[in-house]
Amino acid sequence: MTGWPLLSTITFLPLAGALIILLIGRHDDEAVVAKNARYMALWTSFVTFIVSLFLWTGFDRSSADFQFVERVDWIPAFNISYHMGVDGISMMFVLLSTLLTPLCVLASWNAIQNRVKEYMVAFLVLETLMVGMFCALDMVVFYIFFEGVLIPMFLIIGIWGGGRRVYAAFKFFLYTLLGSVLMLLAILAMYFDAGTTDIPTLLAHGFPASMQTWLWLAFFASFAVKIPMWPVHTWLPDAHVEAPTAGSVILAGVLLKMGGYGFLRFSLPMMPEASDFFAPLVFSLSVIAVIYTSLVALAQEDMKKLIAYSSVAHMGFVTIGIFAANQQGIEGAIFQMLSHGVVSAALFLCVGVVYDRLHTRLIARYDGLVERMPAYALVFMVFMLASVGLPGTSGFVGEFLVLVGAFQVNTWVALLAATGMVLGAAYMLYLYRRIIFGKITKDDLKSILDMDWREKAVFAPLIVLVLWMGIYPASFIDVMAPSVERLVENYQVALANSEGPLLAGLWPLR
Amino acid sequence: MDQLIVLLPLLGAIIAGFFGRMIGDKLSMLVTCGLLVISAVLSGFVFFDVGIQGNARTTELFTWIDSGSFEVSWALRVDTLTAVMLVVVTWVSSMVHIYSVGYMSHDKAKPRFFAYLSLFTFFMLMLVTADNFVQMFFGWEGVGLASYLLIGFWYERPSACAAAIKAFLVNRVGDVGFALGICGAFVLFGAAGFDEVFNAVPGMADAEFVAFGIEGHALTIICILLFIGAMGKSAQLGLHTWLPDAMEGPTPVSALIHAATMVTAGVFMVARLSPMFEYAPTALELVTYVGALTAFFAASVGLTQNDIKRVIAYSTCSQLGYMFFAIGVSAYSAAIYHLMTHAFFKALLFLGAGSVIHAMSDEQDMRKMGGTYKLIPMTYILMWIGTLALLGIGIPGTYVGFAGFFSKDIVIEAAFADHSTHGTFAFVVGVTAAAMTAFYSCRLMFMTFHGTPRASKEVMSHVHESPPVMLLPLVFLAIGAVFAGGAMYYFFVGSGMESFWGESLKVLPENNTVEAAHHVPFWVKASPLVAGMLGIGLAWLMYIASPDLPGKLAGALRPLYLFSFNKWYFDELYDRVFVRPARLLGFGLWKGGDGAVIDGLGPDGIAATTRDLSRRASLLQSGYVYHYAFAMLIGVVFLVTWYILSQLG
Repeated sequence: MTGWPLLSTITFLPLAGALIILLIGRHDDEAVVAKNARYMALWTSFVTFIVSLFLWTGFDRSSADFQFVERVDWIPAFNISYHMGVDGISMMFVLLSTLLTPLCVLASWNAIQNRVKEYMVAFLVLETLMVGMFCALDMVVFYIFFEGVLIPMFLIIGIWGGGRRVYAAFKFFLYTLLGSVLMLLAILAMYFDAGTTDIPTLLAHGFPASMQTWLWLAFFASFAVKIPMWPVHTWLPDAHVEAPTAGSVILAGVLLKMGGYGFLRFSLPMMPEASDFFAPLVFSLSVIAVIYTSLVALAQEDMKKLIAYSSVAHMGFVTIGIFAANQQGIEGAIFQMLSHGVVSAALFLCVGVVYDRLHTRLIARYDGLVERMPAYALVFMVFMLASVGLPGTSGFVGEFLVLVGAFQVNTWVALLAATGMVLGAAYMLYLYRRIIFGKITKDDLKSILDMDWREKAVFAPLIVLVLWMGIYPASFIDVMAPSVERLVENYQVALANSEGPLLAGLWPLR
Repeated sequence: MDQLIVLLPLLGAIIAGFFGRMIGDKLSMLVTCGLLVISAVLSGFVFFDVGIQGNARTTELFTWIDSGSFEVSWALRVDTLTAVMLVVVTWVSSMVHIYSVGYMSHDKAKPRFFAYLSLFTFFMLMLVTADNFVQMFFGWEGVGLASYLLIGFWYERPSACAAAIKAFLVNRVGDVGFALGICGAFVLFGAAGFDEVFNAVPGMADAEFVAFGIEGHALTIICILLFIGAMGKSAQLGLHTWLPDAMEGPTPVSALIHAATMVTAGVFMVARLSPMFEYAPTALELVTYVGALTAFFAASVGLTQNDIKRVIAYSTCSQLGYMFFAIGVSAYSAAIYHLMTHAFFKALLFLGAGSVIHAMSDEQDMRKMGGTYKLIPMTYILMWIGTLALLGIGIPGTYVGFAGFFSKDIVIEAAFADHSTHGTFAFVVGVTAAAMTAFYSCRLMFMTFHGTPRASKEVMSHVHESPPVMLLPLVFLAIGAVFAGGAMYYFFVGSGMESFWGESLKVLPENNTVEAAHHVPFWVKASPLVAGMLGIGLAWLMYIASPDLPGKLAGALRPLYLFSFNKWYFDELYDRVFVRPARLLGFGLWKGGDGAVIDGLGPDGIAATTRDLSRRASLLQSGYVYHYAFAMLIGVVFLVTWYILSQLG
């Protein structure tokens, strides 16, 4: 460990901010407490974001190794250490988390009026856990962060959510918990086999093929729920609908990526043979997800639910790309996750803008907004197009690379996934038309106000990112390229060395 | 210079789009029109430099996507094919811009309109200057977006919104084919740049691969996939349904996007990819059939439509069919030639129709027009020029004729000269469609301008000639519609053809149908004209000489009439087969799949069971058992089971 522990700083700075909010929150006047909490949270998350930019500038783009590594013995008796580090796969997820948190604080500025202090604390704790999860290089540390994320999210939905918030919170909790129990078992099994929980060591360990199958399934149970894959996706629409705007933003923006990240960090490199064996299963579920949830999205009457279903479809592309297990597929999947993190977050923020004004998410309650809210219409248009995957926006690059990757492995998967291009356009354009276009007929819409400067400030960085990622994606792909290259290489080597007639070719779909 | 041509329209779009409110209507229009005119003038220079002097070049801007061996850059590739398209796009676009100043003078959202127009032009230019598949796809989808925005420009009309979405979605269906074609090309050639792929094609001429369960000739599969994309954009049979509806947009949009430029992108794409299609004869055969059928289908529908713009839209669809069957018989240069002349006369016809609509107080139904030629003489004359160019009137064997005469004839002759089954089929269909074209075009002219006035007195009293700002672009386009054919004959399809096109089009020596087309018998050369004359005569008989004949005929041939009038029932078919089932399926999967099955068996079921169990458990104990604890219990059970199993195993 040399130099300043940058990753720990980024990880625990929000936690420190949360503590300060708790300390200064003992004022008698409720309004003062709320105001202090808001500003403190904003400053903390903003400074954290600025600090995290050092990752971007200091990252060595030619190396596939873990960087900014920190390591301190934690429980030496079990060989567990506090081990942090990022590579090209995880680094940008850290940035995504630190970028979205201050925007969430801003978006909640007026929307949250009760228990502001606790709300801001929950968000800052959430940020710590998210960042820690992406940086962790020890299974135990990872598991703690990974599961810990559930708690603040559970609270955010359960306390500041909508009418059916308790049902949604429990559904969310039940689903994700079931998966994590199995993952914990798998982690224990790995520890017994390898004698360590250190991730870099485990990456090089090489588990026996028979064990890989079970390990893979256990991890899959956890990650598939998180992503979420069909058919364990039904918690997502409910969670999104009931969560406050900022909760949805983090949920869609970062939490869904934990599953994809898990596949890339554990399933693919540690269990290559099992991954190869189960790839057809993943493809099938993903293709179903793309088509099924797109169709369901078409029938939605609630804006947030529609976008939630679209998230499942987009995540279907991610899992296809990951298990295509070639350079284009994996880079496409990572890019798609980053892009979706920005775009879906922005779409939920867009819903939040009108929700704050009319307190309803029913599509039928809106029409002709472009007349009164031209700036909003433009912003919404940009993110709608990015979600549709229009070239020139971030959505295209990931989606297209995934298609290129999938086509090399299985043309049917590519074809069926590509139908998502049509269906995705269908439900998004239909949504946009119903909300934005047409004539204003409802009386309460006739006096609706366009976005104020605070709302514009939230969207501005996201628009810049969407276009940057769409027009010059090289600055992002370059970061991930060496790590992905090594991942693919190791994967191919492991498959070539496996004795695998047992595992190969059970799926004659190709 | 190449960069300026492409980027000036974008600059105009940004200025008018973002600062339109600030700088006002007049300045917005001035800026967008001015920048486009500059772009058009520069294109003229580039055409001379690249086309006539042969200085083809590629300017690389910067990396776009670089993932492993999948590398594409933003680049401007300007060869003769591109130069032709640059001229067509920027010239027509600048004329449409200027025309719109007059046409949209009463609209409240002028800056937005001009921003969209310029944005469209930018995307179209990116499309034609692409030097790799993916940038072409960028322009391809971009023009689709601009088309969506412009069709839905009057967003308060539900029909306009519906048409806009339809256009985008039908195009997307084609784009799936295009995207998969790109994937296939990358798998086969390991590259996505045109030069790399084209150089590798001869070596891969016999390669095979498996796609969608079909094991076959790789290039054929890829070319067919790519052609599906072209079918969507160019509204070929099956994916054509969006084009007539797209007439919901303002008329200048129809002229620019849905006649002269965007819809020809498919033709351009296949011509650009001629080095691949030349090695995929089966795909070319398919292109011929689809093109010929479209030419016939659209012309047959055009016979009975009453909306002036829809007649011209079906005419466009039909003419695109001509271009495609020309491509199918390897007559790429003839197809692009027809594309160029068509851009002039079809834009002229659309803008002329716009002029009529403008004069008739926004009436589009031809049954409510008539008897107006004396009131709007300039429009009348200009429309006739466009019509005669579309009909291909000229004297066979000489250089006297309207632009369409040269291009349409070479297309039909090339089909004949191919001496193949599909070529002959295309020839017969092409001549038949020419007769129908003549009929519906003259029907349009007669119904609009001749006979007794059928509009209300009030409308007729307002009929007025358009202002100069609208007539001037018409005159310019009319000049093109008269002279562009004869003037460019030598370069496009004449003896200067080979040095003119250079490397930009590839034709295998045995497929040189354009050359062979010059040596077809005289009756072949004369047949389109004869067919046209028949059509004109019939139209004159039915709409001038005895105006009650059409009604009687429609009654006598009612099934045929209805089949044509209802556009062969494509919309109804698609609605039943795709649209409604998708809605129903979506709703069913949501309520049934997600709600009843997954949630019912999954979380809700477990929750119910848990509640049940915990109630029983609480009977045994005094405490309350939370769901969490129960889940932990399950975990312990799993742990124990797994441990035992692994010990046994």
